Amino acid sequence: MKKDEVPQDGDNLHHGTFKQLFYAVDQQGDYTTATSIGWEPENVALSQAWDEVEQRVADTKSKVEAGALSPVAYYMERTLLDLPLLALKAGKFQWQVKRHMKPQVFKGLSDKMIDRYAEIFGIPAQALRSGELLPFKRPA
Amino acid sequence: MTQFSHTQTAHCESGVISNLFGHHGLQISEPMAFGIGAGIFFGHLPFVKVNGVPGTTYRIWPGAIFSRACKRLGVTMESRKFSSVDSAMKTLDELVGDGVPVGLQSSVYYLPYFPESYRFHFNAHNLVVYGKDGDDYLVSDPIMDTVTRIDTENLVRARFAKGFPAPKGKMYYPVSVPKEVDFRGPVKAGIDQACHYMLKIPVPMFGVKGIRFLAKRMKDYPAKAGDRKAALYLGNVIRMQEEIGTGGAGFRFMYAAFLQEAGSLLDKPGLIDAGRELTQVGDAWRNFAAHAGRVCKARSADNVSYGELGKMLLQIADMEEKVFRRLSTVKL
Repeated sequence: MKKDEVPQDGDNLHHGTFKQLFYAVDQQGDYTTATSIGWEPENVALSQAWDEVEQRVADTKSKVEAGALSPVAYYMERTLLDLPLLALKAGKFQWQVKRHMKPQVFKGLSDKMIDRYAEIFGIPAQALRSGELLPFKRPA
Repeated sequence: MTQFSHTQTAHCESGVISNLFGHHGLQISEPMAFGIGAGIFFGHLPFVKVNGVPGTTYRIWPGAIFSRACKRLGVTMESRKFSSVDSAMKTLDELVGDGVPVGLQSSVYYLPYFPESYRFHFNAHNLVVYGKDGDDYLVSDPIMDTVTRIDTENLVRARFAKGFPAPKGKMYYPVSVPKEVDFRGPVKAGIDQACHYMLKIPVPMFGVKGIRFLAKRMKDYPAKAGDRKAALYLGNVIRMQEEIGTGGAGFRFMYAAFLQEAGSLLDKPGLIDAGRELTQVGDAWRNFAAHAGRVCKARSADNVSYGELGKMLLQIADMEEKVFRRLSTVKL
């Protein structure tokens, strides 16, 4: 890649505010560096990844509102976690966390367990206990 | 207050090496650190999935560049992990209080200054803390253009994020750094290892074989995984290729810059020539990503486009194999 070809596609999720350093060659073919505010293929792939997160959060939200899943499932998606990672953070087995996603089991969770989840999700314990679904905000 | 000379680099691991070693008087560019640490690689692991998407990597696993560069350059590092948050933060405070800049492993999810769109649960990010001001730590994060700050609470979260790999408060700092280094041995060892990893690992997922492996699987993505998943799989291949610091070419440009610098330093035109060829391979990777990005964006999978992407990868694999075969014959 030549230095004057270093892409400057700033129409992305960080609005061109973040500059990456690229290695590119000058007129003589020698390596030098240049900054880039973004590149279209990466912008596409990154916004696709966030679209997917947004979709999963929305799907899970409807399931929680329909009473099929507990708020733990919603907040797992909202915090960009999956089951293995959430179980690890909670210090539980995956099957235990899966059980906590059943509304009936969730109701009986101890305050200690609710606190631990709230800490992982970065939300007030009271919000989790009461089943409040705080909105998800993706970079846009 | 400790003076720390922050230089923005492309990638976090090679960047921290360059900045930390420089602080201790050993000037080494990021590409040299990357090359001596044999950072270049390729791996495609369909069974290692994150959120159901197969993993692809264009560089060696986290930490390897660091440990190899230290060993080859004769740098002794003190590296510690902690089970207690209090002792991890106390030790950090003592070190920066004594004017020692400290490298830390962290999760980008908890770094408030990091571009929001990159803040997924990636736990192997490297940064340097070089001072403290009230409740804030002074941070030199190699991928940022200037120094920045982080509050104690977020730094604790970033240092103790659980996951794969778990940083466990890992910190490291050089305790002995040679002032003068003969680069010939370290460069040779780095190149030998990179050639070995790219050409000779007897497993189909790694090195140039891994690129062919991905090519074969990619052409079947729409048939095997369905349209939606196929696009997600492809998006992830691009994102890893674009991972901050790759210049869109999966680190191929950075390695080419290393070959050029090492070639001039040691007066080995063979390395410079190999670097020029690798630059062309990097351009082919960028061309691949540009096509793949369009397929992703169209969202309608057709077998022709995935088949063609597979063919492009096969060509790249051939080009890359040629470069590394040639590189392995350069006498150093």
